Amino acid sequence: MRAQFVLSEIGVGLRRNLTMTIAVVVSVALSLALFGGSLLMRDQVNNMKGYWYDKVNVSIFLCNKADAESVAKCAKGAVTAQQKKDIEADLKKLDVVQTVSYESADEAFKHYKEQFGSSPMGGSITPDQMQESFRVKLKDPEKFAVVATAFAGRDGVQSVQDQKGILENLFGLLNGMNMAAILVMFVMLIVALMLIVNTVRVSAFSRRRETGIMRLVGASGFYIQAPFIMEAAFAGLMGGVAAAGFLVVGRYFMIDHGLDLAHKLNLINFIGWDAVLAKLPLVLAASVLMPALAAFFALRKYLKV
Amino acid sequence: MIRFDNVSKTYPKQNRPALREVSLDIEKGEFVFLVGSSGSGKSTFLRLVLREERASHGQVHVLGKDLARLSNWKVPHMRRQLGTVFQDFRLLPNKTVAENVAFAQEVIGKPRGEIRKAVPQVLDLVGLGGKEDRRPGELSGGEQQRVAIARAFVNRPMLLIADEPTGNLDPQTSVGIMKLLDRINRTGTTVIMATHDQNIVDQMRKRVIELESGRLVRDQARGVYGYQH
Repeated sequence: MRAQFVLSEIGVGLRRNLTMTIAVVVSVALSLALFGGSLLMRDQVNNMKGYWYDKVNVSIFLCNKADAESVAKCAKGAVTAQQKKDIEADLKKLDVVQTVSYESADEAFKHYKEQFGSSPMGGSITPDQMQESFRVKLKDPEKFAVVATAFAGRDGVQSVQDQKGILENLFGLLNGMNMAAILVMFVMLIVALMLIVNTVRVSAFSRRRETGIMRLVGASGFYIQAPFIMEAAFAGLMGGVAAAGFLVVGRYFMIDHGLDLAHKLNLINFIGWDAVLAKLPLVLAASVLMPALAAFFALRKYLKV
Repeated sequence: MIRFDNVSKTYPKQNRPALREVSLDIEKGEFVFLVGSSGSGKSTFLRLVLREERASHGQVHVLGKDLARLSNWKVPHMRRQLGTVFQDFRLLPNKTVAENVAFAQEVIGKPRGEIRKAVPQVLDLVGLGGKEDRRPGELSGGEQQRVAIARAFVNRPMLLIADEPTGNLDPQTSVGIMKLLDRINRTGTTVIMATHDQNIVDQMRKRVIELESGRLVRDQARGVYGYQH
């Protein structure tokens, strides 16, 4: 195949359909930017999970005197020294438990003060309102249920709380946003595919004279179809490059500069450039293959070979 | 070269066959007129030879190949040995004469050097030397048909199919086109020409095949357009 001949045909085709070409480029760019964005979001969530799950504990809060009056589970009175000993011993016997530490009411008060000291809530609380607790670190953060069933109903235990549950809500929210992005991506993808199919149809119609002659003089099907497929692939690639640009610029502005989340939310371990760069080949490959396939199938319908 | 064995063709959603039980042989180097009124089956006959359509019954052999057994991807290679000319010329208006002819070679991947040699040669043959850089719109009807013939012949086909090539031309211009087709025939290329032009058929005295309602009603060597009673 003579490359120069094919390339000039592609150039003519893209210019002839300039508005459609722009529409294809924009819709491919948006759908792939969403695609890459949701992949990065998933990475980010996994990243945060790994980081935070390492640090979360299961807390077993014990009944204090105030609870004995107000909480049904603690009706038998505040926790006794013997109960504390038994609970600690039983905790250490469990396979899933890695470490157990004890936090007294005074310590709890101190931590509380540290966290909320300057806020109005800080002044209204006294040490005897705080509960003693065991902080349990699990070997596998997913095994919370084992601890919960074993200790939730026990005398002297007010409640068993999994900090992971709080994180789970956050991750659930992030995942939900991710799903929404994927949904929008699919809609954009369908729009992009329909645009490509229509572009190919218009293109095939406006070149029916050429393709008719090509057929008659015995050009192979591939030779006849290649300019259309390459047109679609080229428009798609432009969209893919734009999408890659969105991802790079997006990370730069959201994390490093502009919004500067890296400093404002320094508790969060953000994904690095390597994660972004790893997605780019995928985005670019999809931007070429997807339109090329769409064009190929559209041609089967709209172009007799 | 071409053999039809009891060939019938019925188009989908039509009761009346376009071609009924046609059997004939066309030898290499022959010049054949295909005559008959509109709807008699001439176009269907040519479309079967070009394998634009497949026969419903019977066998069509072109250049020694059974077209029913020819797989789709081999059809382009078969068509490279056929040249085709139409009543409406079918030239590309935004390409020059030379580019129109070269197009037929470019799209089958001929090397550039070969194209540069073949195009001026064939343009000289059809009498258009010196008009390489004109566009079809600047040419007369006869000249446009010569470009179309040059394009059909540039790949040196074994068989030239002409579907009413003089249909849009005045009688004097038509004579020039017929002389050109005759010259091409004398190089050994088989020519099949569908036509309504009585004068031409009567003057040329070539083999005449007449179709009527899809049936072969006459196959006459050195024939004329109508029956001689």
